[in-house]
Amino acid sequence: MADVHISLAAEPLTTIASLTVTNAMVTGLVGSLVVLIIFFLASRALSVSPKSRLSQVIESITELLQGMTEDILHSPAKVVSLLPLLLTFFAFILINNWLGLIPGVGSIYVETVHGKVPLFRAATADLNTTLALALISVGMTQYWAIKELGVVKHLKKYVSLNPIMLFVGFLELVSEVSRVISFTFRLFGNIFAGEVLLVVMTYLVPLLLPVPFYFLEVFVGLIQALVFTLLTLVFIGVATSEHEQAPAAEPA
Amino acid sequence: MALDVETVRLLAPALAMGLGAIGPGIGIGLIGLGALQAIGRNPEATNKIQTAMILMTAFAEAVAIYALVIALLVRFV
Repeated sequence: MADVHISLAAEPLTTIASLTVTNAMVTGLVGSLVVLIIFFLASRALSVSPKSRLSQVIESITELLQGMTEDILHSPAKVVSLLPLLLTFFAFILINNWLGLIPGVGSIYVETVHGKVPLFRAATADLNTTLALALISVGMTQYWAIKELGVVKHLKKYVSLNPIMLFVGFLELVSEVSRVISFTFRLFGNIFAGEVLLVVMTYLVPLLLPVPFYFLEVFVGLIQALVFTLLTLVFIGVATSEHEQAPAAEPA
Repeated sequence: MALDVETVRLLAPALAMGLGAIGPGIGIGLIGLGALQAIGRNPEATNKIQTAMILMTAFAEAVAIYALVIALLVRFV
């Protein structure tokens, strides 16, 4: 296709003091600002009543997440310490996914030294962002596991004297790495493929055909944010639990 | 029919994605089947079953996404 501009990597816009700024970085910054503003405004009206509608919406989302977290962790203390991380993951990924659907993101081009590139691009459609999120998720899992169980008990899951348990420990180590890869590509694949799908559909039939695909992408953005958060929650729950148990679903 | 590099370069992403979607498609269907049967048997546990179903569907879908990434790599890189 000659006219369609699809690039796997985020296109660089400019260079600020030897740091290459890509269009995904710019959109990611905008997304972070949107998340900060929404939550700041929602938290400001918490003590007054009647609360503003934004506070009510954010509160109900938080309560939903809190319910799910309690269901999986069975410990209110753990819920309080984990909820900020999970809520941040959910809000950040959701807002950045949906930002990719706004008209103008991906379609407004600017002239740079490398040619014409889109000015904005969904941050989660960039492998760097999703890799960072995955590393933070797996890193925080390790952190909470060590905080809950202690260093020795946590490391004993991976190395032990019994040869069978040594093999199992090695597999656990491999599965940690595969979790990073799986998180990264799940989010990146879903959002980037959604972008490509919308571009191709608009290229084929610009009038009316892309509309159901936009609905699909809204839904996919929500589901992927939820899935990332839930998977992080489940893995932290498994890692901080005392007894040895195989996870209910083996990580792909 | 000459099977040269250009032809294979056109076929490769299509085959990668097409064949790579068979397994996850069947897998997600089976997950849905199990979930719906469980909900039918015990409607009170719908929320728990739904959460577990979404989680496991994410795992199955991730495999399809791996195939998609290979297809994209072959096509664009």
